[in-house]
Amino acid sequence: MTGSSAATPSAGIGTPLPTVGKSDTKPTWCPGCGDFGVVAAVEMALKRLRIPSHDVVVVSGIGCSSNLPHFLSSYGFHGIHGRSLPVAEGIRWANHGLTVLGTGGDGDGFGIGAGHFVHAMRRNVDLTYVTMDNQIYGLTTGQASPTSTMGQKTKSTPNGVIENPIDPIALALASGATYVARGFSGDVKHLTDLVANGIQHKGFAFVDVFSPCVTYNKINTFDFFRQRVYKLESAGHDPADLVAAWQRSLEWGDKIPIGLFYRVDRPTYEELEEVLSAGPLAFQPAGLHGKDALLDEFV
Amino acid sequence: MSEIAVRVGGQAGDGIQSIGESVARCFSRMGLHVFGLNAYQSVIRGGHVWFQARASDGRPESPGDGADILYALDRSTVDIHAAALRPGGTVVFDPEKFPLAPADLPTGISPLAVPTLEIARKYTSQSILQNGGGIGATAFLAGIPLELLHQVLTDSFGSKAGPVVDWNVGASADGYHFAEAHAGRNVRALSPHGAPKLLMTGNQAIALGAAAAGCKFLSQYPMTPATSIMHWMAAHSTSLGVVVKQAEDELAAIHMAIGASFAGVRSMTATSGGGFSLMVEALGMAGMTETPVVVVESQRSGPSTGLPTKTEQGDLNLMLGAGQGEFPRAILAPATPAEAYRAMIDAFRLAEEWQTPILVASDLHLSENYMTVDRTEIDLDVPVPSLFQVPSNGSAYLRYQFTDSGVSPRAIPGQPGLQFVAGSDEHDERGHLISDVRAGIPRWISERQRMMDKRMKKLAGIAASAPGPVFEGPVDAPLTFVAWGSTVGAVRDAMTELASGGRTTNLLRFPTVYPLDGAKVLAAFARTRNTLLVEGNYSGQFGRLLRAETGIYLPNRLLKYDGEPFLPHEIVARALEVM
Repeated sequence: MTGSSAATPSAGIGTPLPTVGKSDTKPTWCPGCGDFGVVAAVEMALKRLRIPSHDVVVVSGIGCSSNLPHFLSSYGFHGIHGRSLPVAEGIRWANHGLTVLGTGGDGDGFGIGAGHFVHAMRRNVDLTYVTMDNQIYGLTTGQASPTSTMGQKTKSTPNGVIENPIDPIALALASGATYVARGFSGDVKHLTDLVANGIQHKGFAFVDVFSPCVTYNKINTFDFFRQRVYKLESAGHDPADLVAAWQRSLEWGDKIPIGLFYRVDRPTYEELEEVLSAGPLAFQPAGLHGKDALLDEFV
Repeated sequence: MSEIAVRVGGQAGDGIQSIGESVARCFSRMGLHVFGLNAYQSVIRGGHVWFQARASDGRPESPGDGADILYALDRSTVDIHAAALRPGGTVVFDPEKFPLAPADLPTGISPLAVPTLEIARKYTSQSILQNGGGIGATAFLAGIPLELLHQVLTDSFGSKAGPVVDWNVGASADGYHFAEAHAGRNVRALSPHGAPKLLMTGNQAIALGAAAAGCKFLSQYPMTPATSIMHWMAAHSTSLGVVVKQAEDELAAIHMAIGASFAGVRSMTATSGGGFSLMVEALGMAGMTETPVVVVESQRSGPSTGLPTKTEQGDLNLMLGAGQGEFPRAILAPATPAEAYRAMIDAFRLAEEWQTPILVASDLHLSENYMTVDRTEIDLDVPVPSLFQVPSNGSAYLRYQFTDSGVSPRAIPGQPGLQFVAGSDEHDERGHLISDVRAGIPRWISERQRMMDKRMKKLAGIAASAPGPVFEGPVDAPLTFVAWGSTVGAVRDAMTELASGGRTTNLLRFPTVYPLDGAKVLAAFARTRNTLLVEGNYSGQFGRLLRAETGIYLPNRLLKYDGEPFLPHEIVARALEVM
């Protein structure tokens, strides 16, 4: 789905069209927020792939990180809490010539939106989902999130979290995602590779990003991750090996892996949906002109 | 208007709907108008289910007030339905299954013992074939030609060719001839009456109307009584080029439809009250992002899970109020399949024209029952203009530009130079947020107000372009019925009955329940002398809306919330009380 200019019949052929850059809206995140690294990586990945900005749609839900679409020059849909993925899926099915990204936080994707997360992955919809995982609710000023650490004290858990955190990587592997990666917003170059490869991957690409909240999470800080992360690419991990990916997904503690856990080729939902074989739905004929024979079934 | 009504009853799993639908289709192919009532329970096997095909040389729009032939597959069917039989009526049964003597039946009703199981054994050991002999005997009594019955049965098996078709043809002929030898035709039996009619359920008409209006995407989660909209569309998905997505829940269903619409296809979802409750937040998002979407809400008895297989008009308040804050919407309420077909075309037109969610209020009674439609009533030639209407010129494009109508030019992703972000937060004309660092700043306080005004002013435009209130019947009638949705059908039948008794009434119906054009509604009520509000809910929800919007209070009411559809005699009785 790279470099496509087939998203609209009016797109010029051979005419260089602007690629995705910054919009004229400045991010409103706290100084030092991890999400700056993520928007930079997404922008660079889209630039590297030379996808025209009008062929890109970035879809988000609600939360600090879900403001991201406003900071890029592509099309965007900034919807409601937890529902970015079904909107993104609908966009893909309406026009699979478009490059569609979902962006959001851990509360948005693994809390209120957990059901959609699982189902979008099992469908292998061809889109890229980037989560800015800060293990806290930031925009609502610091409550526990689905990925907050056991025992972590927050405004909603003054005596410490007493629920096990979700492991987004393991959940993605279990749900059938065909590209499962983890990045760190403290390493934008590495993250850019993961996002760019995810966009190029044919199928559901999930990139969970450690994107520290500098205001409300004093545990999972930039330093916390800098001291612990190591790259799977440098550790001899084979991303075609699902069992190895499972084992790596369970690693947490002094050493935490980032990089590509798993990648596999499987037909996408769009490829398996017979109606879409005739081209993007948005450009297919509509209505029932001349289809009077259709009424015979009611006689 | 002459009519005949055939009922068939038994347990879930007995094939009752299939027998009933075949009888209904025989009538519609005879050129008669039919109302087919499919009454069932929330069980897959057992319980009691029944189907009634009411045929007429007029136009029946309700189940009517009695039956003439009852084909009983079990004894409890006799116990439940014998009292509904009109003089001259017959009960078809198999004495091998249960005994039935004339003395067991009301005066004027005869039993007809048909050896349906014995007939079936001639062909197969499968006892389901007993229905063949039963439907044959029933068809004879009802005046259905045997050749027609055979055509309908053969067509209903369709591609399931093989011995089962021949067995059914044989068994039904045996049953037909048995009845011919042992009984006469029912006194109300009708003769063929012109060109075959189309027989369809409300949900089939809804799906067909959507496809005709250019719908290319339906996402839905199964919920009675909306589910068969998805069934019809899925069965025609490939041939019509409509993507049908069964979503993981109703939250996803409506968000997928909104996403697809945003990206340039006409989209819809359908559900019942429970699922619609889950869609409430998204409805506001469609209103705020100004994304067209059509939502069919097929009501059933509430509250909560309520009576899943029974009807009600209890969700009007919910549809009116669904979503936090205020945004424009419309609620269309068709009464019959023919109207439902046109309502879907109106709904897609309005959604597109006003870039906002449009609701179509159906209910179980309309969605799942069968009615006939004249072929000429279904015009498939609906204009479906391209949605790519904003030129890709790259100049400063304002997705949410302030305009006189409140409608702004809508670009579609993929168009060069028109990029924007659709925001569910409050935003300016470009789509930029005014919810965070601009919130509460004087310039943006007034911008927020202008943006609300822009969106809300669409309501006046919708009220002007949606179908307004309709008068039916003589202008100077002493009593005007007021009704909306499927209740209109029973009111029309009651009016016919009242007229045959020399009582003149008329009807003021509301194909658009909301928004109401106050001036039009006041002008309509200025022509009434006395009114009777007929609604399928406890509190008279439409009456309340009417009073809130116009100050008009309708004191005479007939409200029903027992799960059953209105019957004409109930409306006649209440009308006579207030006249």
